[in-house]
Amino acid sequence: MPDTPLPTLKAKDFSSDQDVRWCPGCGDYSILNAVQRVCANIGATRENSVFISGIGCSSRFPYYMDTYGFHTIHGRAPGFVTGVKMANPDLDIWMITGDGDGLSIGGNHLMHLLRRNVNVNAMLFNNRIYGLTKGQYSPTSETGKKTKSSPMGSLDFPINPLSLALAAEATFVARSTDKDRGLVGVLERAAGHKGASFVEIYQNCNIFNDGAFVFATGKDVREDNVLYLEDGKPMIYGKDSNKGLRLVGNRPEVVNLDDNGVSEDDLLFHDESNKPMAEMLADLHYPDFPEVMGVLFREERPTYEGLLHDQVDAAKEKKGEGTLEALFNAGDTYEVE
Amino acid sequence: MATETTPNGAAAANARNSAVVRFAGDSGDGMQLAGTQLTDTSAILGNDVATLPDYPAEIRAPAGTVAGVSGFQVNFAAEQIFTPGDVVNALIAMNPAAFKAHYKDVEPGGIIVVNETEFSKTNLKKAGYEPGYNPIEDEAIDQQYKIYKVPITKLNQEALKDTGMSPKDVNRCKNMYALGIVYWLFDRSLDITIRHLNETFAVRKKRPEVAEANIKALKAGYFFGETAEMFPVRYAVAKAPIPTGKYRKVTGNEALAMGLITASKLAGKSLHYCTYPITPASDILHYLAPAKNYGVKTFQAEDEIAAMCAAIGVGFAGQLGVTGTSGPGLALKGEALGLAVMTELPVVVVNVQRGGPSTGLPTKTEQSDLWQAMYGRNGDCPAVVIAPQSPGDCFNAAIEAARIALTRMMPVVLLTDGYIANGSEPWRVPTESDFEPIEITHASYTPTGEKDDPGFAPYTRNENLTRPWGIPGTPGTEHRVGGLEKANGTGSVSYDPTNHQTMTRIRAEKVNRVQNMVPDIEVQGDEDADLLVLGWGGPYGSILTAVNNIREQGKKVATTHLRYLSPMPKNLGDVLKKYDKVLIPELNNGQLRLILRGKFLCDARGLNKIQGKPFLVEEIEQAIELLLSGEWGDAEALYPVDGNVDVNAQALTV
Ligand code: SF4
Repeated sequence: MPDTPLPTLKAKDFSSDQDVRWCPGCGDYSILNAVQRVCANIGATRENSVFISGIGCSSRFPYYMDTYGFHTIHGRAPGFVTGVKMANPDLDIWMITGDGDGLSIGGNHLMHLLRRNVNVNAMLFNNRIYGLTKGQYSPTSETGKKTKSSPMGSLDFPINPLSLALAAEATFVARSTDKDRGLVGVLERAAGHKGASFVEIYQNCNIFNDGAFVFATGKDVREDNVLYLEDGKPMIYGKDSNKGLRLVGNRPEVVNLDDNGVSEDDLLFHDESNKPMAEMLADLHYPDFPEVMGVLFREERPTYEGLLHDQVDAAKEKKGEGTLEALFNAGDTYEVE
Repeated sequence: MATETTPNGAAAANARNSAVVRFAGDSGDGMQLAGTQLTDTSAILGNDVATLPDYPAEIRAPAGTVAGVSGFQVNFAAEQIFTPGDVVNALIAMNPAAFKAHYKDVEPGGIIVVNETEFSKTNLKKAGYEPGYNPIEDEAIDQQYKIYKVPITKLNQEALKDTGMSPKDVNRCKNMYALGIVYWLFDRSLDITIRHLNETFAVRKKRPEVAEANIKALKAGYFFGETAEMFPVRYAVAKAPIPTGKYRKVTGNEALAMGLITASKLAGKSLHYCTYPITPASDILHYLAPAKNYGVKTFQAEDEIAAMCAAIGVGFAGQLGVTGTSGPGLALKGEALGLAVMTELPVVVVNVQRGGPSTGLPTKTEQSDLWQAMYGRNGDCPAVVIAPQSPGDCFNAAIEAARIALTRMMPVVLLTDGYIANGSEPWRVPTESDFEPIEITHASYTPTGEKDDPGFAPYTRNENLTRPWGIPGTPGTEHRVGGLEKANGTGSVSYDPTNHQTMTRIRAEKVNRVQNMVPDIEVQGDEDADLLVLGWGGPYGSILTAVNNIREQGKKVATTHLRYLSPMPKNLGDVLKKYDKVLIPELNNGQLRLILRGKFLCDARGLNKIQGKPFLVEEIEQAIELLLSGEWGDAEALYPVDGNVDVNAQALTV
């Protein structure tokens, strides 16, 4: 076995020479920093890393990574990801999309990327607004939201990215926020997962939708509003770690551990392999419930590109490597004399 | 040719130069198989062959209706032929609907064999005939054609009554019974079809009883022809003088798929065919999906857009990415195709044209996507466009398309059409050494280690303006591409006005420089003629045949064929200048005509057929005559109606 050299690249080595052009204060900056740290932490190489995005503020991401990158067209990044991965399964692919790119114009493609289980780390920056087109409501904007394109309030009911990813049979589903200390850890696990990882990241657009996620990121409030999931651990949260989630009948309920008769054993224990529970957790919304962060669900399933290459290998083994002579002479040939 | 299993024909056969036979029946009647068998047999017997399948648009239209009729036409000849034939010499009509849909295409005095059993009251009604009327009892029709009433269904049942098969399975053999009659009529050996039936049913599907029943039906049909004393003559079509060598019959879609695999091998790249099923392109996928042992990967995407994007992704990653579609699909791929132009990545886009706009005529042929292929994208967005001229030519065109895409770093559109995609012809089997390898070098870059190292510059260019192909996995050539305008050289995002103008011109000039890979066009016929007939794509065969026929009458006419629509051959302008009159027959409303008028200020006239059908040779001959005689007049274009090109019948009737 050759010695595997220790990772020598640092986070800043993944930073390209391009000026970052997001608005000052945009949540995208901290996600970029987190991803560069993750790349260093997991020992990624520049030449084997490919960042692929669609269109939108978040989709400028590849320009800022000193790796291979492809800034494609609106909503279609999943198609490019699939093509690149089919052609070269050894590459580490990161896909960057947003709530408009990934859930509106590209909703169809995202669904198929996930169900096929292409080995990719898909990050959806959810800022609940259209930033690049200057402030129209998005598929994740709350009903009634007043924007330039919805002066009397948006009529659309918002879509829930995590529920969509689970329904689309993603094999790794997680959530974090641009301000979350857990973001690096979640992304590291996503990168380590073999298959389609889907990570929703609450991202603040301080220009068009400032404070949309204050409940989940605000210093003073977040601990009472979000629940960090840990596999095998009871679901406890709160500033004083005294709140928990339990099941009454078949419905979730918030309980206070200080209350008489409530103990840790009564709480739900997280199990990353439990899909029905993940579906329930994905559907918990502030303010009635804490919103969950971390890995909701994870399972092993063969990847699309792996199965595809297996079929090619199996065909070669069964029929022999196809030659041009065999190709030309297949079927009924005849001699004209 | 061994004729062991073929009984000796009694009647002496009349020699013919060619024969056009059409099988027509319900879509479940196995007409495509009967037609294919006649084609294969004739090809192997040494004839030149050309075919024209005609599918109904609905998958399962109600049985017995005209909408559900499926046809297959074969032209086999003792001479070189380029078309499936204008008029039918012999029609096999398996039911009243098939008769109704096709009898008018039969030449006066031509043969019509009808399956008499099916001409029942109910079936006549399903075909839409008035109660009490039966066309095969109609004297007027009877005087026009030689109608042979054969109760094929019944005779086939009798022949197979001892096989122990279900009535349904027995009935499925009646196409072979009909084929047997045709084989007797045209003095064909049964051997090839018998071998095929054995291979398909006995060997592959492990159902020897089905093979046996089909062979029995085939022979019974043949014996019927021999013993019934119904047909006064039979016909013989001798071998054609085609170059010696090994041949096989190919359809356009099959040849195209083989061409793509060949290109991938010549380039040392694996072929990734990314597509979404669409008529009439799906057969390319059906051919490639089982070809995985050639390293072919097929990806059935969720839609046309994803298929196009995946194919570009494959190119970005350093392999051969191809997408295939038909007109509506190309419309969906337009934006991504623009990205391939902008990012200068190799990709081949196959468009098997069909009748449009919108869903149009999905199973019928047309050439109406030329403008879409050339211009159907936002921005100034040129691409290379190649149109093969015949089924076998799809093979070469596919290799050329891949060669240009891979060596010049740009998308190439391959425009075929339903007619050549589904049609077939004999194809001379090549050998590997007939082809030049496709030489590709991927970029490399060694960082200087200095602070001011500019790094790999992905938008530098060689003499053909081709940029380097740096691929992921290679240390040193890390770079970012995308749809935003790039600075020439560095490839960084650039909003500089002058750079945008330069880049727009570079993208156009890059396509122009492909001219150095495009052969000059050659003129056939009379160089000193006044009239040049210029075609592109599928009509090649009809045009050539028409021009040859006119020249045989001693009149002067020249013809040329445009395989490269973008860039056009260097000498095209000079060639056009030599002729007073230029006629462009196309299956659209004048798309190439407008381009050539605009580009070369040439007063080209059009013969435009937009009926979902290929040209009849006759129609092109009439158009040529009208131009030669001056009767054409001032019209920019004429449209054929019912097989006639009449200057006085051009008004749009609404
Ligand atoms: S518009 Fe919003 S999302 Fe876009 S860069 Fe500015 S702050 Fe970030």
